[in-house]
Amino acid sequence: MSRRFTPKVVTANALLEGDAVWLRADGGWSRDMHDAQLFEEEELANEALRHALAQPDLVVGAYLADAKAGPEGPVPTHFREDFRTRGPSNYHLGKQAEA
Amino acid sequence: MYRYDDFDDAFVRTRVAQFRGQVERRIDGSLTEDEFKPLRLMNGLYLQLHAYMLRVAIPYGTLRAEQMRQLGMIAERWDEGYGHFTTRQNIQFNWPKLKDVPDILEALADVEMHAIQTSGNTIRNVTADHFAGAAADEIEDPRPAAELLRQWSTDHPEFQFLPRKFKIAITGSPNDRAVVKAHDIGLRMIRNEAGEPGFEVLVGGGLGRTPMIGKVIRDFLPKEDLLPYCEAIVATYNLLGRRDNKYKARIKITVHENGIDTFRDLVEQKFIETRAAFGGADQELLREIEAAFAPPAFRAVDTAPFEAAREADPVFRAWADTNLAEHKDAGHAIVTISLKKPGATPGDATAEQMRVMADLADKYSYGELRVSHEQNIILPHVAKDDLPALHDALKSVELATANLGLVSDIIACPGMDYCALATARSIPIAQEIAERFEELKLEHEIGELKLKISGCINACGHHHVGHIGILGLDRAGVENYQITLGGDATETAAIGERAGPGFPAEEIVGAIERLVLGYLDVREGPEETFLQAYRRLGPDPFKAALYPDTKDAA
Ligand code: SF4
Repeated sequence: MSRRFTPKVVTANALLEGDAVWLRADGGWSRDMHDAQLFEEEELANEALRHALAQPDLVVGAYLADAKAGPEGPVPTHFREDFRTRGPSNYHLGKQAEA
Repeated sequence: MYRYDDFDDAFVRTRVAQFRGQVERRIDGSLTEDEFKPLRLMNGLYLQLHAYMLRVAIPYGTLRAEQMRQLGMIAERWDEGYGHFTTRQNIQFNWPKLKDVPDILEALADVEMHAIQTSGNTIRNVTADHFAGAAADEIEDPRPAAELLRQWSTDHPEFQFLPRKFKIAITGSPNDRAVVKAHDIGLRMIRNEAGEPGFEVLVGGGLGRTPMIGKVIRDFLPKEDLLPYCEAIVATYNLLGRRDNKYKARIKITVHENGIDTFRDLVEQKFIETRAAFGGADQELLREIEAAFAPPAFRAVDTAPFEAAREADPVFRAWADTNLAEHKDAGHAIVTISLKKPGATPGDATAEQMRVMADLADKYSYGELRVSHEQNIILPHVAKDDLPALHDALKSVELATANLGLVSDIIACPGMDYCALATARSIPIAQEIAERFEELKLEHEIGELKLKISGCINACGHHHVGHIGILGLDRAGVENYQITLGGDATETAAIGERAGPGFPAEEIVGAIERLVLGYLDVREGPEETFLQAYRRLGPDPFKAALYPDTKDAA
């Protein structure tokens, strides 16, 4: 029954800007997914999500997203999360324009 | 043209002031997101993948030049310099900052606009034919009836908690340009045998998860019975509609499960009561509204310069033959400005383009514009001798694309480039298909072809009623595109049928090209459209073009 836990990051949208942010190991938020903390254990991931949900004055709609380790930090495994790290494909706007 | 009365203006201003306070309290932390979310949705503010999005209502798709100019100003000042016109005749701004939204709403109120969505399970914005008040085939302008419906349904005490949301569409012409058969109630104006105008009334249409074509509940409804009859329909649905399952709560399921005859009997019984209760009280209001929608005084026009330009300039001729529609005044034309230049995002207009369109409306279209559900902009009343100058002005801002109704005039929802509900992207697929056919230089030879793309099952891109429909899905973590064939959004409406297995993103453009070239091979001649050929031949030759390798196996 129990499905194997796959590594996760905690992500949300920033309250004021509305853009995607990721939870860092120090409990703060980053606009760059590479800074995120990657959780290999389900219990720790859930605890971090609870921490995120307790910050409604900073972020909106926190959730756990699948990710994997990359050379510079966590990277997405699904295309939706990949788009959230970049921005739309029809204009050079959003995160891809900030870099 | 119709203007807000003082009550409307005061109401909108009060709502903006309230929302300003709510945003302040959200930012300082005294409102939680759970408390704030319903408030922002009521004010048209959504949170999407990369940013907030503000959806601004354009009732029955009608805009004055000053309103379009203000939309351009908003796009430039508080957004990223563009806006997106949608299939619900709205405009969406994709990058507003939360703190700026009250100022944007204030700027909208200055031109009698707002982002108030009748959210929840109520009667939503009424949509209408985008050629309303101008089309040669129109019996009457449908917008006064649409406005009457808007006033009747706004804050209607009995209908604030319907089983599900409720959408009404109306057309003043027997030729349906408002997709009325895909709405909860569809109203199509026709004449009875005595020549009097009235409505064919349809119920239970809708797209989304369970697409259905609306069924005729009344062959002919006299105009003056419109409100009592709609009230009878909504009241019947309010009692009968299912509240146990969100996916079975729309009126299309109620009609489907009970049968149209049973549903009609109940409505007609209720109608006896509602008609007596109304007693014609709404007709005086209707006459006031009709006076406010009176058409401009069309000037006399010499059409010779237009004919001469058409003969002399092939580029102008291609545009005129493709993007003009017949106006009720022979000296005028309805101009559709395509927002579908190949490679551009369907429905997007830059701030500068909005400003230019506003100026051109003032100069050439009696100050009026319309937004179509096909994501284009219409100048409804252009004198024919002004057309060459108008065309020149449009060329200078890349708005003179001559592709109306052709394969590159694609409807596409925002899909996963913006929408949080999406299962795949729509926009890049639309861009690539349009560019491919641009390269092939076959578009005008192919003729009328309606291609519509949605980024999820919610079907905002109307894919079910596209001659060719494309639905973007997530198949095991990869974008995949399913094709439907033979859909139709007009008075001969039909839901498209699934062609077969979907295609990955890198194969979908090639598949569409094979499909369209396959059609050219089998059509009887240039006058037989894609849809007509599909209806004559059935799906087999089209499937064979789409899936050449499996031809023998199938
Ligand atoms: S069809 Fe789906 S993806 Fe497209 S706009 Fe509607 S909800 Fe979003």
